[in-house]
Amino acid sequence: MTNTSSIKTGSPRSSGHRTREYAAGIFIWFAASVVMAILAWIVVDITVRGLSQISLSYLINNVADAGRSGGIGPVILSTILILLVTLATAVPLSMASAIALTEQVGHDSLLARYIRLSLDVLSGVPSIVFGLFGNVFFTITLGLGYSILSGGLTLGCMVLPILIRTTEQAINSVPVEHRHAAAALGLSRSTTLFRVVLPAAAPALAAGIVISMGRALAETAALIFTAGYVARTPESVFDSGRSLSVHIYDLAMNVPGGGPRAYAAACVLVGMLLVINGATALLLKVAGFRIAPHFGARR
Amino acid sequence: MIAAHNLFISYRGRNILRNASLEAKPGQVLALVGPSGCGKSSLLAALNRMTDLIPGATVSGQITFGGAPINSVFATRAELCRHVGMIFQKPNPFAMSIRRNIELGLREHGERSRAKLKQITEHVLRDVGLWDEVQHRLDHSALELSGGQQQRLCIARAIALKPQVLLMDEPCSALDPIAAERVEQLIQSMRGQYTIVIVTHNLAQARRLADSIAVFWTREGIGEIVEHGPTETIFETSSSEIVNSYLSGRRG
Amino acid sequence: MSRSDLLLKIATRTSAALSATVVLLILGFLFRDAAPALREIGLSRFLTDPSWHPLYGHFNLTPMIVATLATSLGAVILAGPLGIASGVFVHFYAPSALAAWHRRIVELLAGIPSVVFGLWGLTVLAPMIAIWGGSGQNLLTATIVLALMVLPTVAVFADNAVAAVPSESIRGAAALGVERWGIIWNIVLPQARTGIIAGVVLAMTRALGETMAVLMLAGNVVEMPTSLLSPGRTLNANIALELGYASTSHRSVLFVSGLILMLVVSLIVTAISWRRRSGQ
Repeated sequence: MTNTSSIKTGSPRSSGHRTREYAAGIFIWFAASVVMAILAWIVVDITVRGLSQISLSYLINNVADAGRSGGIGPVILSTILILLVTLATAVPLSMASAIALTEQVGHDSLLARYIRLSLDVLSGVPSIVFGLFGNVFFTITLGLGYSILSGGLTLGCMVLPILIRTTEQAINSVPVEHRHAAAALGLSRSTTLFRVVLPAAAPALAAGIVISMGRALAETAALIFTAGYVARTPESVFDSGRSLSVHIYDLAMNVPGGGPRAYAAACVLVGMLLVINGATALLLKVAGFRIAPHFGARR
Repeated sequence: MIAAHNLFISYRGRNILRNASLEAKPGQVLALVGPSGCGKSSLLAALNRMTDLIPGATVSGQITFGGAPINSVFATRAELCRHVGMIFQKPNPFAMSIRRNIELGLREHGERSRAKLKQITEHVLRDVGLWDEVQHRLDHSALELSGGQQQRLCIARAIALKPQVLLMDEPCSALDPIAAERVEQLIQSMRGQYTIVIVTHNLAQARRLADSIAVFWTREGIGEIVEHGPTETIFETSSSEIVNSYLSGRRG
Repeated sequence: MSRSDLLLKIATRTSAALSATVVLLILGFLFRDAAPALREIGLSRFLTDPSWHPLYGHFNLTPMIVATLATSLGAVILAGPLGIASGVFVHFYAPSALAAWHRRIVELLAGIPSVVFGLWGLTVLAPMIAIWGGSGQNLLTATIVLALMVLPTVAVFADNAVAAVPSESIRGAAALGVERWGIIWNIVLPQARTGIIAGVVLAMTRALGETMAVLMLAGNVVEMPTSLLSPGRTLNANIALELGYASTSHRSVLFVSGLILMLVVSLIVTAISWRRRSGQ
């Protein structure tokens, strides 16, 4: 096997491959730019068309002229109440379930696998199907009627999978040394959990809750047939109410001339979501996670 | 054949290597020895511009190939890699068939003829002594091979491009003793045909394989070459106290 | 075991069981309210009735099934390459600061509500598409917006999958002088294939589950679509539009369509789950 040391500088394949590298680079940059440009377009569009209509009075005043003027006070109140009901039902249930999955039940046992599968399926259920279910189960069967309660409970079912998953991840991310230290001190399981593990996981837990709130805020189809459609000021959770997303839908589709106010409401909603996004990122940073999108994602 | 002149390397502002100069003569084996963290692997990475791919890495000084600066000899980094191959410490065959492992580099450098590809594949597999072992399973995954076989496959993959120089970063250290010996014998058989620069912690191996060695050490946390020259001269008659201690096993 | 530990055990296991039951509850109630239609009308009529006219007792679901499939498949076909490109972009092309921003932007995109996409589509995109004819509210507009909505799913999975490719393979290829796209095409994408496919399949389930944006953008006509520029109505949108005033048998048929969707999505999810299990 001999080696000649003649060195050829332009190899025969260079031009073909150079074109390929160039074309690939253009495609990738183009695709990435499209993604970023579209998001920017949407956010800018919403802000430009909506921001000018927002004022404190807009946020507090009652809806007038089918929403074409006036404010969104009752809508915001309904939205907040629905969110509170959602959290009140979903957070305790998901935390307990996640604790069961991480601590109590064997990780690969049949029970754990079944629970995870059912949660995976639950997270894929179409939102309108949640609306059907909520309508049948909460509104009619349980007799709650069109109410904030019905809507909140339905959304609670909806955010359950993501909340359980993020709570699990939060608990699992606590370094095992903490548990070893607690065990070495002879602490009981529940003490270890409540005094050591959960406090350490707190920021990530909070991030999961905040993410779920974002999902719940964005939901529309499930609420139309559970929380109700009419834009009125609810006096209790048993009253019906209209959420922000439903309000946007109504103004965009059913109210002629409702466009501008739809944008204003959309601006408020997107604003809330941006705050939620920022809060999530901050909490995850505090918790020591590096990349937010992977948190809560199915691996 | 390939030489470094006054090389300084730093990663993100942290100085790794200072004023390193060495030369590997055509067909000879140059061993880089010294304790961990002295910049040996970094220098190797600079020789085939792998440092270009490390974010924050800066290399200053000059690297020459056949006497001329490498950037004037080779138009692109890809071109350089065709003539300067690299073998890594941990065998890293691609997650593909044995055949495709060897053909990938050839295809990327423009070889299209299927006949030639098959011919080169058989040729290099024979050169590394794998042909008899794998000729019937060329389309099986390379990951099924043993560690030593994988490393020899990586060497085959590199020499398929007919390089003049081979850079090896501790090619035997991740292998069991028997596999390590086979790889070392392979390297022995390649002397004269390739110029080899090998980083090794195994001083006995360096003494067996190398025509010349460069001894690395750290001073003030930055790596530098404290001595280099013909192997026997360094081992027998080095005047440096550090080098003598290291080579006799008392330090490092 | 101390008393508090016992309480913990009971409370947590009960909760987990309850959580797992929700999906069964949904299936159960869907079946219950879909049963009348299945019994009285029968599955075949959903495909063979002359049209969808509930008032006349005609319940042909086919135009809506076609619209659903067309928009979902179209969305995935558009979102797939874009999402994969996004995953490759952040690892191989973007400087690290831009990569971080890109990831944040994808995450934001994922959080934008369906109705906001619908609103933007109505005001901005539909008039643009209307240049090719019609009102701009058609399957094409709906498909494009749907693609934007499921894009983040593909992008995140592609991002993770590319990150998981061992760097030794990449360094090995670089040492052979293989150039960037050569490495991506020959080494990275083949090894990232499983994760990417999972992302695409999940994107499909999201697309099938989407309601509001498609409702607002696809036009409202229940007729078999003849081209991408035809208006149409998906199964989801149909439920949302008609549930409010549907009488008993009509309502039951709506439940049947909801059940079909849920079963299809559940099957896909279960299939992914099994494949992941057997692949481990």
